Order: sequence, then structure tokens, then C-alpha cells
Amino acid sequence: MKVVIKQNPSPSVLANVIAFMGSLGAALLVAALILWSQGVDPLHAYARIFIGAFGSFYGWSETLTKAIPLMLCGLGLAVAFRSSFWNIGAEGQLLLGATAATGIALFVPIAGPSLLLLMILAGFLAGAAWGLLPAIFKGKLGANEVITTLMMNYIAMEIVKYLVTGPWKGATQFGFPYTDRFPSAAQLPVLAGTRVHYPTLVIGFALAVLLYVILRRTKLGYKIRVIGDNPHAAQYAGISYTRTILAVMIISGGLAGIAGVGEVAGVRHLLTTPEQISQGYGFTAIIVAWIAMRNPLAVIASSIFMGGLLVGGDVFQTSLGLPFQTINVFNGLILFFLIVGQIFVNYKISLRGEE
Amino acid sequence: MEPAEPVLEMKGITKEFPGVLANDHIDFDLRQGEIHGLLGENGAGKTTLMNILYGIYQPDEGEMWVRGKKVTIRSPKDAIELGIGMVHQHFKLAYPLTVLENVVLGSPVPFFSPLREAEKRINELAEKYKLQVNPRAKIWQLSAGERQRVEIIKALYRGATILILDEPTSVLTDREIADFFTVLRGMAKKNCAIVLITHKLAEVMALSNRVTVLQLGKVIQSVQTQKTSQPELAKAMVGRDVIFRLIRVPAEKGKAVLDVKDLCAYNDKGLPCLKNISFAVHEGEIFGIAGVAGNGQRELVEVITGMRRATHGKIFISGKDMTNCQTRKIAEIGVAHIPEERIDMGIVPNMSVAENLILTHQPIGSGGFLDYKHITRNADKLISDYKIATPSVQTPVKLLSGGNIQKLIVARETSVEPRLLLASHPTYGLDVSATEQIRRLLLKQRAQHTAILLVSEDLEEIMMLSDRIAVMYEGAIMGVMDAERAKSEELGLMMGGVKP
Repeated sequence: MKVVIKQNPSPSVLANVIAFMGSLGAALLVAALILWSQGVDPLHAYARIFIGAFGSFYGWSETLTKAIPLMLCGLGLAVAFRSSFWNIGAEGQLLLGATAATGIALFVPIAGPSLLLLMILAGFLAGAAWGLLPAIFKGKLGANEVITTLMMNYIAMEIVKYLVTGPWKGATQFGFPYTDRFPSAAQLPVLAGTRVHYPTLVIGFALAVLLYVILRRTKLGYKIRVIGDNPHAAQYAGISYTRTILAVMIISGGLAGIAGVGEVAGVRHLLTTPEQISQGYGFTAIIVAWIAMRNPLAVIASSIFMGGLLVGGDVFQTSLGLPFQTINVFNGLILFFLIVGQIFVNYKISLRGEE
Repeated sequence: MEPAEPVLEMKGITKEFPGVLANDHIDFDLRQGEIHGLLGENGAGKTTLMNILYGIYQPDEGEMWVRGKKVTIRSPKDAIELGIGMVHQHFKLAYPLTVLENVVLGSPVPFFSPLREAEKRINELAEKYKLQVNPRAKIWQLSAGERQRVEIIKALYRGATILILDEPTSVLTDREIADFFTVLRGMAKKNCAIVLITHKLAEVMALSNRVTVLQLGKVIQSVQTQKTSQPELAKAMVGRDVIFRLIRVPAEKGKAVLDVKDLCAYNDKGLPCLKNISFAVHEGEIFGIAGVAGNGQRELVEVITGMRRATHGKIFISGKDMTNCQTRKIAEIGVAHIPEERIDMGIVPNMSVAENLILTHQPIGSGGFLDYKHITRNADKLISDYKIATPSVQTPVKLLSGGNIQKLIVARETSVEPRLLLASHPTYGLDVSATEQIRRLLLKQRAQHTAILLVSEDLEEIMMLSDRIAVMYEGAIMGVMDAERAKSEELGLMMGGVKP
């Protein structure tokens, strides 16, 4: 027998849906084996995750809280991935945004809502700057963006660690690696009884629609799609690769930066270690963008789904006696199977006997 | 020395790719101690035939006999076991590794000091065949000529006595070519049998004992090299029946639109690919550039459109110096371009027909937005004017057939009434009706006083459409002549690097 692989030029929507469900199923199946090997009943565990994330008001509110940074980062990544610029650096861009917002909150003595606006602007600019550097390296020197964006995450983490244990360490925080608490003018309002900093959520929804329109209807969106699908055609048509990529990374890094503002101004109200600020949102957002098939509107749904999974991950620790990090196994498996699943959408695979 | 028994016979080899009969019942044989030239234009089926021999493709029909035994070659591994070696046009070497490591790659080695024996044998082979190369050098440090020697040593190390060389001189400098010829003659004397795939007439005449000419997948001629001549081979290589006749009204030649002066440029490998090229194309004129692909035509078009830097010389378009301007700027002053690589460059495969029809003329619309009403209307009009077969304007362009993709590109490029139209291989690989339609469109542009630069390998096309014809060979223009007076044999000679 011989395996014959042929390209399928026009996969149907149904094929995409089936591949998505199949990938998710396969990921859950493999994860079930891992849970079972640890002596945990997988069905019981899955029920607990679902109930934990979506079964109560508290569950929903926590899911939304985690969906906010995932949505903002995921939107930026969806745009970057559309241009085939593989930004793996949302985590670092988020942290830089958080850092800039913290700087404004702690050291700029203005009152009223203009302080928050300034923080959001600073977060956007810092994230954008952190995203621009790899775009410049790629455009001018041809440096592989997967490596540069990934590495810049670690630089960002070290900067944050240095600040919270060094110059920005709060006078009132004893031995902890915390900055001082933000003044109340620098804290985002939340829905009563929850940690949902709704202004950021509204920004996320609005940007999802805006980016959808940008990609579909504007000249910039056209250029992004041409570059992402066929860079040679872009060169032939006189579309500047470098300039388009710079615009893409201002958007992509900037949105991650706003996510960082949300985490410090909406959840923590101070800057602390990178792990506590972000919990890997910038990395999980890669999966968010991929599940959404790089469509900004679909990012809304996929970020809530992944937010729920993160909240459900707490269940591992609280009721199943497994470490919180077990959720990373889930994330990895889902992304892995989603990418594998795309092969079955884009190619027809059949078995054929030897002639 | 009279050639001995055939070491290799290929009988009735047929290979069909979707839409193309690459090899059509080809008979080919090779004798010990012989250099056999396999001559033909690109697309004639030379490389396909040799890939079948090397096991890369399976033939649909036909038999192969090696040293009197009927064989089936399923993979290069089988071919190597039969003593067949191939040096591809694009080398298959691992650049960070040493010569030694590349040569033994894939061969069994002893566990302890695995490379010692191999180094000895490589030195012996290098000595025997005069293939000097340092076994410990890394591939990236070597010149193209040295890399080629490594490829040959690799084949010999694996015991090859039948050697296939695919366009071996295309990457070499003149000096390297002379050395290389000496090596090949020496190998033939030592009883290797060599197939030399080439389109260069002089090489075949200088080097081979016999020559087989392929054209569109068929053997046209197979003779002793002594008994033929360059003009005869040129005719066999390019002569073919005229498929159709188009009526061409006399040209109304106007002012020069494109004026190229003393142009030089480098190719992707950093080697000179345009050598002081000068010519002019006038309003209402089709200026044809003939030549086998890879002689600088692609780079010439890229330099004119601003996609490649000119290192020397000037390009004037309608009297304005546009040397090394941005592609966008050059397009905006009225230069349209039908690119050689229509799928890889001319379209964005996953975007719609309508969006592809504005690729080279955005921005359409005001402010930052695209005017989709206009884009759809434009698409509707072009689809009906140019008879592009597509289910709808929203269909992703990758779903269209090759002919319709090309019609779309031609529609996009000619609908803006350009001053200068660059058309590279505009009908390559298209069926008869699409070919005819596109040729008619080019003539219509000519009637509208557009200056047209037509690059094509298809001599018939060049002769049918052009007012003047230039032939490019190794980055230089061999000569320019009026189409009325041009003879295909003469052009064929020039395409093979011979000045008539």
C-alpha cells in the first residue's frame, strides 16, 4: 500500500469545523490518558473543569477576567499571523506595556480619568516599541522573527524582575518583589463583586470589530493579506514589506501592551514578578489566534474558551491534587492537534495499492 | 576508438504530467567511454528523461536496460546501486559540512575513525580523475566549480560509471568550464559513460561523441557529433510548425519609451548576470528578447521594474531616469508587467479574483479604505472583456486554471493603458486557445502605441509578434535584427552562444 497525499485547494467550512472538533477531541483524549496515569478519573476532571469555568457566576467572572488579556494579545497575534509574521513575543510586549503603565501610575502625579488614559497610551506605545524591534530586524536584516520575538520575551521578563526587586521596589512592601500599590485614580473600575475590569473588555470587543474592518476593507488590511499570502506578489506589486510589517507590529505589540495595562491597573494594582503579572497569556494567545483561524471576530469566542480552560486549570490544584501547570499540558496538546488537524483540511490523504 | 556495447538503453520512455506529455516514446542509449549530449530548450523533456533514469520519476511506459539487463529503477538508491550517478543543476550538498562528510553521506562507514578510509579513497579518485579538492574544506567555502567537483566525486565514490550531468556549465566561469571539459574527457577515456544535458551548442560540439536533440518531449535527431553542425542542431532544437498565423499590421514606430543604457546587475548568487546591456523600445513596437531561460532575461525585467538593483548603467522611461526607483513609482508612470512566474509572483492565491485584479493598481478608493464597489465593477468588466472563466468575482484566484490566471494578469496589466508593457513568457505552458488570445491582446496593445518588451523562449512566438528581435546569451545581447529578416536557424545559433 502506498499513501497518496494531494493538496486540496478549496477546503469547505464543514471540513474546517470537523478538523477543529476532531483536534479538540484528540487533545482531550490524550490528556485523559495522562490524567488517568496520575490516578485521576478523566471524566470527573473534565466535568469539574467545565463547572469551574462556566458553571457559576464566580466561574464566569474569572473566565472573563482571564479572557481579557487573551483577547487583546490574541487580536494582535491574529493580525500578525495574517501577514505571516510569526510574533511569539506577545508575552514580552504585554510585560513592557504593564511596566510603562506602572511607571505612569507611580510617577506621574495627575488625578482623574486622564491618568488611566495616559497609562493605556503608554502601555500601547511600550508594547508597540517592543514589537517594532523584531520587525525592524526582519525588514532590514532578514533576522528570523520567531527567534527575535521569542528572545525579547526573556529580556522583558528580566527588566520587570530588575525593577520590582530594585529601583521600583515599594517602600511599604517589606521583602516582597512588589512596587507600591497604584493610587485609586490609576486603578481600572471592575464589575461589582468580580475582578472583571470592564473598560479593557470593552476595548477588546471594539478592537475586534475594528481589526476585522481594517483587514477586510482598508488598504492596510489589503497589504497585510497580500504579504501574508504571497510576499513575492507584494514585491511585484510594489508593496513595501518592511513598512507593512512595521504597521502590523505596532498593532500587534500595542494590543499586547494594553493587555499588560489591564493586568496591572485592573487586577494586581501593582507591578510584581512576570509570572504573577501574566501567567503566560502572551503564549496562550498564540493558541487563541490559531483557534480563531486568524479572524479577529472569532478571537472573542476563542479567548473566552481558553480563559475558561485556564480557570478550570485551577481545579487541578484545588480539587484534583495536581499542580496548576498541568493546564500547560492541555494548552500544548490543543495547539499541537490543531496544527496537525490543518493538514487534514488542506490535503486529501488516501491509501492506494501498488500498481 | 570505436564505441563499445551500450551500457544503457532506454526504450519508448513515456511520462505524462497533468496537461503535459514531458516524454513521448523516447529512445536513448549510451555506450561505454562516450559523452552523449542531450540537447533541447527548457521544457523539451531532457531533465525529465534523466530523472526517470535516476529513479526520481517512474515512467508511465517504456523499458530500461543497464549492461544488458532489464531493470526497474524505483529510487535514486536503486540507480546508485546500478552505478548511475547524477549531478543536478542545483547542487544537493550540505553547506555547513566538509567535502568529506558530504561525500560519505548516505554510505556505510566503519564505527571507529569512520572517515579515514573515505578520505584515502577521495584522494585516490581526485588523483585519478584530476578532480582537485580539499576533503576537509567546508562546502560553503568552495567556488561553484569546486562544488561541482564534489558532486562528481560523490557520484564516483558510490561507484558510478554512468554519470548524468544536468546543465553542468550553467554555474561555472569560463576558466572553470575549460578545466571541467578536460576532466570530462579524462573520465570518458577511463571508461565512464557520460550524459551531458545542455542547451549550449558549442559545448555539445566540443565535447560529445553523439548528440540527441529533444523537442517537446520527442527525439528529433540522434547523430554522431562529427556528422552534424551547429546550424543543423539549432534548427532541430527550435524549429517547429507554426500553430497559427496572426495578422500584424505594419508598425507605426514612435518615440523611444524604454531606453536602457549600458546596464549591469548581479543575480541572486551575486554573480554578474547583465553585462553592459543597451537597447531601446519605441511606441507601437514589440521588441522581442529571445534566448534560453537563465541567460539574464529575468534579471533584466526585474531591474527595469525596480525589483533588482542595477549596479551600473541607466534606465530611461519616457525620457525620465528611473534607474533603481521603487517598483511602485515605476508602475505609476505607466509601466505594466506580466511576470514570468505567474503563480509565484503574479497573483495572491487565497485572495479573490476581484482583489487580485487591483494588485498592481491600488490604491483604489479614498482615505485608508478600499472602494469595494469600484473593485467589483472593475472585476465584472474585466472578466467579461477578457473572457476570464471564473465562478464569481469572489472566487479565490488559486481555483482558476493556469490559462485563466494568465488572462487575469494580462487583463489587470493591459487595462490601465500602459506606456510600456513588459511581458515575460506570456504564453508559457498555456493551451492553444489561451495562447492565441493572449498574443492577440499583445498585438492590440501594440496597435494602441504601447511599447512592448516581450521576453520568450518560444522562438516562433518571438518571430510572430516582434518588430525587432534581440537574443540574450549569458547576460549579453548577441545581436539585434529586424524580425522580417531574422531566420530561426540564425537565432537558434545565437541562443546557443554562437555569433553567426
